[in-house]
Amino acid sequence: MEELAAQAAPGTLVEDRTAAVELAGLTRNYGERAALEDVSLTLPVGATLVAFGPNGAGKTTLLRVLATLLRPHAGTVAVLGAALPEEAWRARGRVGLLGHEALLYRELTPRENLRYHARLHGIGEERVERQLEAVSMSSRADEPVKTLSRGMVQRVAIARATLHDPELLLLDEPYANLDPAAIDVVEPLIGSASRRTRVLTSHDPGRSLAEADLVLGLRGGRVALLKPSSDVAQQEIIELYK
Amino acid sequence: MRVVGALLRKELLVELRTLESVPGMALFAVTTFVVFHFALNQNTVSGQEAAGILWVTLLFAAMLGINRLFVADADQGGFDGFLLAPVDRSALLFAKALSLLAYLFVLELVAVPAFALLLLGPPLGQALPSLLAPLALGDLGVAAIGTLIAAMTVRTRARDLLGPMLTLPLLVPVVIGCARASAPLLQATSGDGGVGPGSLPLRWLGTLALYDLVFGLIAYAVFDFLLED
Repeated sequence: MEELAAQAAPGTLVEDRTAAVELAGLTRNYGERAALEDVSLTLPVGATLVAFGPNGAGKTTLLRVLATLLRPHAGTVAVLGAALPEEAWRARGRVGLLGHEALLYRELTPRENLRYHARLHGIGEERVERQLEAVSMSSRADEPVKTLSRGMVQRVAIARATLHDPELLLLDEPYANLDPAAIDVVEPLIGSASRRTRVLTSHDPGRSLAEADLVLGLRGGRVALLKPSSDVAQQEIIELYK
Repeated sequence: MRVVGALLRKELLVELRTLESVPGMALFAVTTFVVFHFALNQNTVSGQEAAGILWVTLLFAAMLGINRLFVADADQGGFDGFLLAPVDRSALLFAKALSLLAYLFVLELVAVPAFALLLLGPPLGQALPSLLAPLALGDLGVAAIGTLIAAMTVRTRARDLLGPMLTLPLLVPVVIGCARASAPLLQATSGDGGVGPGSLPLRWLGTLALYDLVFGLIAYAVFDFLLED
């Protein structure tokens, strides 16, 4: 697992054909403020990276850069072999993002929302029905999203994020608003059982450490911790928040 | 086409559910005609005056739709959902412009008869077939410029202010062209003491078509960059 945490020198990418994510000196600013600064890591295909850190540490920014929604301002980024931002088109459609926002139209029903996304991704409608069943939302699939509880919306958002069977899942606190039964329901889609490469953010070391292969701790946009999960003590995560 | 169809279908479905744009646009137009009716203290208008009132009213009514064109996408993550898909970005431009065209068509279905009923002196029936040409070219210009500016301003904090401030100057030539092209069609008939409807001024229609084409191409060229971070 040591190679998981290998940090490349800024400005260079590790030549690794099996890497799903390669970051070298990634920096992203919002105006004068650096949201991410000099972040370097390599995540192999099939592995799970869990990012911890207090609010504003840069976790969501990291996910949005990997999703091709934000441009890196410095450093190099490669996602599924595509260098960002130049080759972002190669990564789109192979990445599934579950963010703080569900990316669902509130006036439309879950079925209508999923059909819309299925058409964008060129996917057949039978897949929509399978996804609705997979998140146990078939019975509420024709009610407007605005009438659903937050937990139900999160389940539909998970169905949306995994609709196109992405190779890389980017999950921003994916279990927020989900009750224990719902967590079990979505586990095959976004959990370790999904067998996908995953980058997820969390504030819950108890649960997330068990899922991680590689642990990233961010503080003020900088890497404060980068280790294989087997080498990380829960106390180190807690220290990030102090 | 598949993607444009999906986007357009979603767009119209959201509007049908919320009724946030088209009813407001139509109500605004009808109310404005009523206000003009009393403010001008005239029972009827014709010619250039009629054309001016019609097109300025349609322009301001269209602004309401333009301002709301991307709001659901910006507020509900629609932009991100679209940007994550492996599709051509210009599909969104075409879908939004087509949906705005549909809104303008419905607006005019209500506003033009209301204008004829509340203000217009000469009968509309005779002028209507020729009036369709400036209406269509005006709608194309409003759709191209409106979609472009709405995409530029929707993610700014002052979108409600910036949108009209940028859109109105760009639409002034459209209003001038449409009003000049429509004025001869709305002349009072000889029975009302006028000279009767004139022929369609093709020079103005040509100018409008050229202006639409230029802004259509500009919108197509820059739209991708507007969606980028």
